[in-house]
Amino acid sequence: MPAVQETIDQVRQIDVDQYKYGFETVIESDTAPKGLNEDTIRMISAKKNEPEWMLEWRLDAFKRWLTLDEPTWARVDYPKIDFQDIHYYSAPKGITGPKSIDDVDPELLRVYEKLGIPLREQEILAGVQHSKIAVDAVFDSVSVVTTFKEELSKAGVIFMSISEAMREHPELVKKYLGTVVPVTDNYYATLNAAVFTDGSFVYVPKGVRCPMELSTYFRINEKNTGQFERTLIIAEEGAYVSYLEGCTAPQRDENQLHAAVVELIAMDDAEIKYSTVQNWYPGDKDGKGGIYNFVTKRGDCRGDRSKISWTQVETGSAITWKYPSCILRGDDSRGEFYSIAVSNGYQQIDSGTKMIHLGKNTSSRIISKGISAGHSSNTYRGQVSAHRKATNARNFTQCDSLLIGNDCGAHTVPYIEAKNSTAQFEHEATTSKISEDQLFYCLARGIPEEEAIALIVNGFVKDVIQELPMEFAVEAQKLIGISLEGSVG
Amino acid sequence: MLEIKNLHARIAEDGTEIIRGLNLTVKAGEVAAIMGPNGSGKSTLSYILAGRDDYEVTEGDILYNGESILELDPSERAAKGIFLAFQYPVEIPGVATMQFLKVAMNEQRKARGEEELKTPDFIKLVKEAAASLEINPDMLKRPLNVGFSGGEKKRAEILQMKLLAPQLCVLDETDSGLDIDALKIVSDGVNALRSPDRAVIVITHYQRLLEHIVPDTVHVLYKGQVIKSGTKDLALDLEANGYAGIIEAAA
Repeated sequence: MPAVQETIDQVRQIDVDQYKYGFETVIESDTAPKGLNEDTIRMISAKKNEPEWMLEWRLDAFKRWLTLDEPTWARVDYPKIDFQDIHYYSAPKGITGPKSIDDVDPELLRVYEKLGIPLREQEILAGVQHSKIAVDAVFDSVSVVTTFKEELSKAGVIFMSISEAMREHPELVKKYLGTVVPVTDNYYATLNAAVFTDGSFVYVPKGVRCPMELSTYFRINEKNTGQFERTLIIAEEGAYVSYLEGCTAPQRDENQLHAAVVELIAMDDAEIKYSTVQNWYPGDKDGKGGIYNFVTKRGDCRGDRSKISWTQVETGSAITWKYPSCILRGDDSRGEFYSIAVSNGYQQIDSGTKMIHLGKNTSSRIISKGISAGHSSNTYRGQVSAHRKATNARNFTQCDSLLIGNDCGAHTVPYIEAKNSTAQFEHEATTSKISEDQLFYCLARGIPEEEAIALIVNGFVKDVIQELPMEFAVEAQKLIGISLEGSVG
Repeated sequence: MLEIKNLHARIAEDGTEIIRGLNLTVKAGEVAAIMGPNGSGKSTLSYILAGRDDYEVTEGDILYNGESILELDPSERAAKGIFLAFQYPVEIPGVATMQFLKVAMNEQRKARGEEELKTPDFIKLVKEAAASLEINPDMLKRPLNVGFSGGEKKRAEILQMKLLAPQLCVLDETDSGLDIDALKIVSDGVNALRSPDRAVIVITHYQRLLEHIVPDTVHVLYKGQVIKSGTKDLALDLEANGYAGIIEAAA
């Protein structure tokens, strides 16, 4: 694991509670006034030049949202969010949608450069060690650029911002949007349906193996701005796509809201691999500031023998409320969820998955690794259920928690429901602490304490790191090291 | 090389005194055996040398190459060349043995201001050392000590010792849990490391190990003190007659 050394170096360079991506970019923005009402929604829809049906869809969602209550069942504690005190739209001036790279404000390009996200295709091609990754860069409420679009379209793959897709491929958007996460699914998903601003759209046609990794990089910059993105990925029969998502935000004293919806649809024999490295600003060491991350992610294994795999590395956000799930509708379909959730400081994580077995011979696998340090709270919440017709449904769940220090907490809340006697569900859970013996052993070999913890933790999460695409695996290991900086002593 | 002067130490948590005025000198090139009945403080002494913070030194000093090491943390002591082969090596799940070795070697080099090892050089070193200890290369890919047999664990300890090339080696009951063949391999490994500028402290219950690693000096530890020192014949005497006579004579 060569990244260990890098992790160590990174950790060394960084002072306690210094968030690497906390810089703010001063860029002139076109921001909607604070507050949420029908006019806000009309404004967003108009900015995006949306078709009429889309506006209707949003307004309908908004009406329903007004009748819903904020959920309180998660093990997270935060002051009530004032939804009227948020900007629902903010875009760098002059940008209403993605442009060619030459037209993008150089200041914006520098932001992504600073974040290490390559947006210039020729630069990506020049880099020998990097395999090609197509990027959709979303800055506050808009997508600023999408790379490799042409090359992808030669393969028949559509990869663009969802705003663009609504104009260019309305039939596809209309057919699939909201079919996995219905408008009224939950409070935050409904809010998202009303006010979502941008996100990515991916369509991989029948039999096509997407020739490169696709990724979206989300950045919240503007103060008091909510980011509500919506991503829709469709893999037609026999198609394959691997998609990565990364996120960061400036360091701010106020909390910022992020409420996204992601929908995945896999038809017969299709496979979607969705990976996330979530590194939103987690707040400072006293728990001030940070992103509230309320996200609904769901994949629908609609076709037989389809497969959806979620891999997530969660290190950021003050509050995380997120349960990437799979609906195993097609016979012989398979769902996977691999998660590493690291909490430090005063972060609160309530995350897990749902595996809903509907079809015959469906299988699912859940590997969750929670690491808590500081004063944080880390809850795994998972549901596995087998419908009456889901004969031979199988699930294997392994949920491990690792505690560092004495002031943090880890909780495991499994919900298991089998309505079919042929279902076989296995659940294993462990909670452990980095033992004094392990630490002393490493120290006695000359490995200093911070490095020893990074080493032990990286060992603990190895099963999940293996599931990440290689470029992300290295980044994830670094991130975990940095997130745990200052967790002992 | 090592000079322990009137050392008093207790368990930090409850204040129980374990080491009570211990004196011991080990010279470069020397192999010193420390023997003693259960509870005499043998393992505690090894932990204190390595710097475990479960123990508090209340009096006396430990000089290593003429300098006190009491203020150094365990990783600093390791970088200065003190190595403890554990009686019960600790499992590190998910961390391949190879990877652990690399991190440990490079951390020590870094602490000494040396260049990190290049991967091909590192692999070559490990392969050679592993072969000399009859360690199966597959073992190096497995997480350190996880599911290792007693013999594999001890061999892994000696492998680390060999690769880290310390100046002062402390072997805490390295013979426990070893069958005769493994004992021979491990002992040969230790003997190969004997050199005029290196000292070895062998902590053991039994003469058996000392037939393979022949000591220059033997020290009997009892109630936290060295009550008798001698040559390898002292170990033979203990084997034949037990500790009772020596304890009585010292009392």
